[in-house]
Amino acid sequence: MSSAERTKANGSEIMITIESMHKWFGDFHVLKDINLEVKRGAKIVICGPSGSGKSTLIRCINRLEEHQQGSIVVDGTELTSDLKNIEIVRSEVGMVFQHFNLFPHLTALENCTVAPIWVRKTPKAEAEESAMEYLERVKIPEQAHKYPGQLSGGQQQRVAIARSLCMNPRIMLFDEPTSALDPEMIKEVLDVMIELAESGMTMLVVSHEMGFATAVADSVIFMDEGEIIESNDPHNFFNNPQHERTKLFLSQIL
Amino acid sequence: MPGTHPDMPPPVKTTGPVAWVRQNLFSSPLNTVLTLLSIWFLWSIIPPFLDWAFVNSIWTAGNRQECWDQMASPALGACWAFIENRFSLFTYGFYPGHLHWRVNVSFILLVFALIPLLYEKLPYRKYGLIYSAVFPFITGWLLVGGYGLESVDTDKFGGIMLTLILGVTGISFSLPIGIMLALGRQSNMPVLRILCVLFIEFIRGVPLITLLFVASTMLNYFLPPGTVFDLLTRVLIIVTLFASAYMAEVIRGGLQAITKGQHEAGDSLGLTYWQANRLIILPQALKISIPGIVNTFIGLYKDTTLVLIIGMLDLLGLGDASLADAQWAGLANEIYIFVALFFFLTCFGMSRYSIYLEKKLHTGH
Repeated sequence: MSSAERTKANGSEIMITIESMHKWFGDFHVLKDINLEVKRGAKIVICGPSGSGKSTLIRCINRLEEHQQGSIVVDGTELTSDLKNIEIVRSEVGMVFQHFNLFPHLTALENCTVAPIWVRKTPKAEAEESAMEYLERVKIPEQAHKYPGQLSGGQQQRVAIARSLCMNPRIMLFDEPTSALDPEMIKEVLDVMIELAESGMTMLVVSHEMGFATAVADSVIFMDEGEIIESNDPHNFFNNPQHERTKLFLSQIL
Repeated sequence: MPGTHPDMPPPVKTTGPVAWVRQNLFSSPLNTVLTLLSIWFLWSIIPPFLDWAFVNSIWTAGNRQECWDQMASPALGACWAFIENRFSLFTYGFYPGHLHWRVNVSFILLVFALIPLLYEKLPYRKYGLIYSAVFPFITGWLLVGGYGLESVDTDKFGGIMLTLILGVTGISFSLPIGIMLALGRQSNMPVLRILCVLFIEFIRGVPLITLLFVASTMLNYFLPPGTVFDLLTRVLIIVTLFASAYMAEVIRGGLQAITKGQHEAGDSLGLTYWQANRLIILPQALKISIPGIVNTFIGLYKDTTLVLIIGMLDLLGLGDASLADAQWAGLANEIYIFVALFFFLTCFGMSRYSIYLEKKLHTGH
């Protein structure tokens, strides 16, 4: 039974469930008692000061980081040390990184087709056709045969988004996708993300782009020192923060 | 205002051959002196050498005396007749004369096996590569014989043929084994990692000559009595393992240059460990390691001459042995220049190919 069928069978609309999850880096307690439920189609923006554990949290969702306590269930599959489960989750969850992490020895198009061809066993011609569609969707089909080193930062990040979408993920994770970009290029990446959000994708975005949060987020989560301090809809979050730490943080970034 | 300033040509005398000479050869008094000294040095070395090697040289003669009789005074020119006289020995070693065709066919097969490996744009390259993979077995059968062909003992192998067998085998097997050792050394599995580290450090810590002695003598003590384990096979294994250990360290350097982000991107797309390594990590790591890999290849290829210590006669060994012939005694220069030229041409070829490969794989990052 595929995970899609499993979700349907359960009649569940919950895509991610995290329960009392803890994580340590050595002795350092980086995530403390995280509880989070993400519904299908939800857009969640996670913000917080540097070192608050927000990147680590979303990296736990596709097991780039391992949690030591509690449970994480992604689309009906629980993340344990079972490699099969990890592979299932990773092929269902796309991730976009702060530094793009495109494969420099492959063209933009090859970056997009490598995983569909090898993980999904899609025939090459079909994979290329669908990759071109996604490159059009992120508005750079004309760069398909260039190497990442020949593209601007904003173009690279859009290729990286297309690369993830080519796997038809059910969830997309964004780890500070615009932090490494020049101001001129932030908008082109955010536009692509807004369009993706409007198409109904489930998205978790670590970002300080408050404009983006206001425009698309269902809820904004504020983290500090490894804890979720506050979670609210964008309007109330920005205009009526409940905790002192949230207020202090917002006063510094707004 | 941007865009209104026209593009102008560079100032005169910063480009062209005259400017190049001025900038590179005569840019300061010291440079001028060094340039003139170099020209004088080359002038006093090269013309006499050309005289010896070409102008006064003798290409056909039955022995050294006949050679010298054709010159104004003895040893005024090179006696290349010696090389010509021994050319068959230098090429085939002691391989039986009526079977030389088998060696010739092997040389031709080798060239055809190299083309698909080295030239990426070859049409139907896939089939070419399949041939390259079976090539060692075809050649092995051709050279050793059996299964319908007359058998030839491997102690008859020698000269260029032996040098190429050692070099090609060592090079083609040390790369994959080296990759496995490098990956093993980075593995999360402690037992595998320790085994790889021990192997690499042991091989690197022992001179090749010692290992060759082990291959030629000691290995017999470890094998069950009566086992016949061909000396050439033993030497091939030792040479390959020796080069693999060095190769592993060269490749490890390349693997360490790949950022964590590349591994994470591969993982996040759902690629397995082997897929990620084959498609993402190794192509980049190997590209970075090309200079080191080719360096190791060249080192290994030249180190194959050490087999003369355990009595195998490769090109250098046969050249050396030929000097003992009373008919031709005293012609060491000719022999060593010939051997040096053979090694130089093959090594220089490898070096140029690596430069071509680096340029081809450069993708602007």
